[in-house]
Amino acid sequence: MSKRMKSILVWVVIALIGFAIIQVAILTGWITRYYEMTLMLILINIMLAVGLNLIVGISGQLSLGHAGFMALGAYTTGIITRMMPNLGGFALGILGGVFLSGIVAYVVGIPTLRLKGDYLAIATLGVGEIIRIAILNLDITNGARGLSGIPKLATWYYAYIVVVLIILVAANYVNSSPGRATISIREDEIAAESLGINIQKYKMIAFLIGTMTASVAGSFHATYYQLIVPSQFDFVRSIDILIMVVLGGMGSLTGSIFAAVFLGLLNHFLADYGSLRVILYAIALILVMLFKPSGLFGRREIKASKLFNWKKKGVSQS
Amino acid sequence: MSILSVEKLTKQFGGLTAVSDINLSIQKNELVGLIGPNGAGKTTFFNLLTGVYKPTKGKISLNVGKEPISLIDKRTDQIASLGIARTFQNIRLFKQLTVMDNVLIGMHQKNNVGTIRSILRVPSFFKMEDKLKKEALELLAIFNLEDSADVLAENLSYGQQRRLEIVRALATEPSLLFLDEPAAGMNPQESVELTKLIRKIQQEFDLTVILIEHDMSVVMNVCERIYVLEYGRLLAEGTPEAIRSNPDVLRAYLGEEE
Repeated sequence: MSKRMKSILVWVVIALIGFAIIQVAILTGWITRYYEMTLMLILINIMLAVGLNLIVGISGQLSLGHAGFMALGAYTTGIITRMMPNLGGFALGILGGVFLSGIVAYVVGIPTLRLKGDYLAIATLGVGEIIRIAILNLDITNGARGLSGIPKLATWYYAYIVVVLIILVAANYVNSSPGRATISIREDEIAAESLGINIQKYKMIAFLIGTMTASVAGSFHATYYQLIVPSQFDFVRSIDILIMVVLGGMGSLTGSIFAAVFLGLLNHFLADYGSLRVILYAIALILVMLFKPSGLFGRREIKASKLFNWKKKGVSQS
Repeated sequence: MSILSVEKLTKQFGGLTAVSDINLSIQKNELVGLIGPNGAGKTTFFNLLTGVYKPTKGKISLNVGKEPISLIDKRTDQIASLGIARTFQNIRLFKQLTVMDNVLIGMHQKNNVGTIRSILRVPSFFKMEDKLKKEALELLAIFNLEDSADVLAENLSYGQQRRLEIVRALATEPSLLFLDEPAAGMNPQESVELTKLIRKIQQEFDLTVILIEHDMSVVMNVCERIYVLEYGRLLAEGTPEAIRSNPDVLRAYLGEEE
């Protein structure tokens, strides 16, 4: 069997095992309804973190407006599924959200992706806020009261499948020629340009994939929690996602996934401590940044091919 | 046939004229040197040709296809795609990436199967990846770097980094190669090897090479024709022998006799 087939097989097995573990845990009552909400939050956060990592970690463009694109998906899906409360409506809502956030990201990306560093961060922050304020003032979105009574269509296994798909898309992109071109922009824009790489184009591709996945996450958010209000998608939510990316390691998809799970669980188990939770959460972040400033994983990834090497050589190369 | 011609090229930074009224014409398969004292405008001139800076005035035209193309108002990446590759005075490798990835990124523009196909992992994607990796190794082998393919670029020695930058430039399949001080920081022996290497790749890849260099042994040995810049102006032009005995050039480099 070729190495390529082996890698694919390993990932399929890992994905199935993950699914089976969660399923068994639910059937045996390990994961209660309350726990299931944490599970869902983690899955949604993985979608968001992996998407934002493509923008921040892979193309090297700091975006602070991720929650805005999540809101586009959430509201599109919320509005559509309230009219069509079935799985067709859910699918239509996801696609509609992806389409809408793609258009918004494209239009916004043309001017803002020319900016660098802090300027881009401020511009994307502005975009996120504009989206939120637009939602706050539109009739169709029901303003500050938000949308309630959205049918509960999202289940954890749909979310799980979508998470696997999003990771697949992101990993395939990163490990391809266009992905390498995008990484080269992060490393050195001038050198990338001198090799014929259209830096605007690849910044845009990473931005589009990232924002579209944020929209999908929003769709799941809306159809799981059944109530969406604009304040759920404010600047703080964008920072939340950014923290996962930074904590896991900018440029490491594995890191983003791990950080989303870790922070989700941390939040869950600290919930009993009330306001102490926020302090402990902050201390955990400070400690990681002190001892591992590049994030838990740095830029490393767990790769199936490396697992084989590891077995052979006994050492995994970073 | 002239492959690159520059007319009255001028670049001003505010009140400072870094490059002024330069005319020059490069023939196909020539190996041309560009020399001059520090601050003469050599690197600025390269940056104008590669679109990093926009010229204040003047014309640049590249003649690699059927008819000449003006490079004014073209983006750096467009100019690179037309067949101009370069290296940098202060090495600009993708330091955190492997040697192999550096070369593969150089190959990207001419061998792109497309983003959607890459994500969907269609068969042509795998075919292309295999082909590119094989070609990258062949290219690295010319520069004795094939054993370092999986090493991070920052962990290479200085001389190896310089060579890798040339490999990466060649990976873009250029017809013109600009080398900005390729021998900087090399010892005499490395310089001699570099000289041979430049000649070899010029023939093997059917290249036109323009090089900026301070190491006179490299310039005099390798270049067929030399342009001398001083204070942004073209001071002299000619064969290495002619330049060596040109009184203006001697004055620029050694100062005037009292």
